[in-house]
Amino acid sequence: MTPSQDMQGSEPLLSVRGVCVTFGGIVALNGVSFDLRRGHILGLIGPNGAGKTTLFNCLSRLYQPSQGDILLEGKSILKQPPHRIPDIGIGRTFQNVALFHNLSVLDNIRVGAHSRTTSDAMSDMLKLPWARREERALDKRARDIADYLDLLEVAERPVAGLPFGTQKRVELGRALAAEPKILLLDEPAGGLNHEEVHALGDLIRKIRDQRGITVLLVEHHMGLVMSIADHVVALNFGKKLAEGPPAAVQSDPDVIKAYLGSKDA
Amino acid sequence: MSTIQETVAPAAAARVTIRRSVSTIAQIVVLLLLLATPLFVKNFVIFQLTMWLVYAIAIMALNLLTGGSGQFSLGQSAFYALGAYTSAILMEHADVNYVLTLPASALVCFVAGVLFGLPALRLSGVYLALATFALATAMPQLLKLGVFESWTGGVQGLVVTKPDAPFHLPISQDMWLYYFTLLVTLLIYAASVNLLNSRTGRAMMAIRDNEIAASALGVNLPLYKTLAFGISAAFTGIAGALGAIVVQFVAPDGYTIQLAIAIFLGMVVGGVGWLPGSLAGSAFIVFVPNVAENISKGLSGAVFGALLIVVIFVVPHGARQVALYGEALAKKFLKNN
Ligand SMILES: Nc1ncnc2c1ncn2[C@@H]1O[C@H](COP(=O)(O)OP(=O)(O)O)[C@@H](O)[C@H]1O
Ligand SMILES: [Mg+2]
Repeated sequence: MTPSQDMQGSEPLLSVRGVCVTFGGIVALNGVSFDLRRGHILGLIGPNGAGKTTLFNCLSRLYQPSQGDILLEGKSILKQPPHRIPDIGIGRTFQNVALFHNLSVLDNIRVGAHSRTTSDAMSDMLKLPWARREERALDKRARDIADYLDLLEVAERPVAGLPFGTQKRVELGRALAAEPKILLLDEPAGGLNHEEVHALGDLIRKIRDQRGITVLLVEHHMGLVMSIADHVVALNFGKKLAEGPPAAVQSDPDVIKAYLGSKDA
Repeated sequence: MSTIQETVAPAAAARVTIRRSVSTIAQIVVLLLLLATPLFVKNFVIFQLTMWLVYAIAIMALNLLTGGSGQFSLGQSAFYALGAYTSAILMEHADVNYVLTLPASALVCFVAGVLFGLPALRLSGVYLALATFALATAMPQLLKLGVFESWTGGVQGLVVTKPDAPFHLPISQDMWLYYFTLLVTLLIYAASVNLLNSRTGRAMMAIRDNEIAASALGVNLPLYKTLAFGISAAFTGIAGALGAIVVQFVAPDGYTIQLAIAIFLGMVVGGVGWLPGSLAGSAFIVFVPNVAENISKGLSGAVFGALLIVVIFVVPHGARQVALYGEALAKKFLKNN
């Protein structure tokens, strides 16, 4: 039994309600609503410019919706300052990999745990006992995550020189270090080859199953979405086109039209 | 040590060990030199060495700000001045022991740094550099203001009494101040290294590398940016206080924009983001002007400029580049033996 099955019927973990975002004249999101169930992998699809990244940026409080609300476990996140978002359990990766390039793989993962640690500047400078203790525990946790994602060999290397696929795993590890309830993945398959995409699908499923993390997956790669998503939401021009099980959305005439009309590069 | 049967993994381990041992040996050698040199030189040279350490602290402080959090400052002379005046005023008007004036200067400058860091939050890059530049230009004038004159001594400044060595130690005042400054330098160096290898330091470096990602991971950008300013200002203030004690004098014109530029130069020459480089950078701004003077009295400024350009051209990453090169040489040497 997957976690998704025994959670049926409970309130959604995340609820997006009528969210609108405009940039000058451009309406990037126009009243988008959907629910994300605990333990699900939700695939968010749509052609370029549909508003997927904009929605992610609302969820991580980088953009402020002009209308609508976003509820996590029933509570609005729009009153939280951006730096509190990981505390309440939302973690993310970025479409074009946003790592700390001069820091090592382990340090990137350690920064990921920033919201789960408490040491202050004074204790850090004086290396007081509790700061030391926290640092030791953090070191172990970062190494465990590096091990989980097969990054131990490059653990001490600065991320700048690593291959793109490896950098994507580092970013994933950094997000995992914050122990999120929801993981937002923005086009994780972008720039990966066929085998890597396959491994990524397994990894995302493994993260959901083993760590109980709910996933919101933005992806262009239809094969990946269709093989791992429990539920799919399709966007176009900032509006929801369709929603439902993967197969149903894939065969929806509006979705097919949107994809034929704009994409396929 | 036998290296014949090494497989790949032990070879990697050995590389790490060699790397560690090279840098440990280098640190021990530098420390021994720092401890021994004053025993063999004249008082005036000791005085110069002390000022070298004082500026090294100021450069280290800027390095934490720029190398650590990615924020520029051409205004460090303002915090240096504030620290110097705090120390001088406390000693001369309130009879506070010189050792105690250091934490007081640090505190005053920390507050000033945070207060300045708050409006600076809205600025970055060259704009931030310009704002700090304004601070540096304003400071000498503020120190000359009539309202503060009874405290600051106005244009005349204040004369500071030189402290004697404690416990009737049989060493000169200059030598005592050198060792005292060395101790403070080592403490600040240790605190800075600790900081950069901690939660706080990593948060600052994360901001430097990618603000948006740092924020998405829960790093409170305003908090850590102002904190970086505060800590940098506090350390600069300690440098200023030590400088005042060593020079025995504070006056507004000792803390002009030229000082801020010298500190900035020192950071670049030492290698941005590399703390030990602060010693090399400080040596450059303290001793190279003398060298330039010896080469040509009338054109010493031009000679200094030419030397600077040569250094930047040959080693754009500063002393750090030289150190890495030296390390590579040492490793080669160790492997062949
Ligand atoms: N910061 C921004 N400023 C102006 N326009 C933006 C900004 N971010 C996104 N947009 C616009 O909003 C629309 C949706 O973009 P985005 O969310 O990135 O699409 P997707 O991720 O689905 O490809 C696009 O028309 C894009 O140009
Ligand atoms: Mg996008």
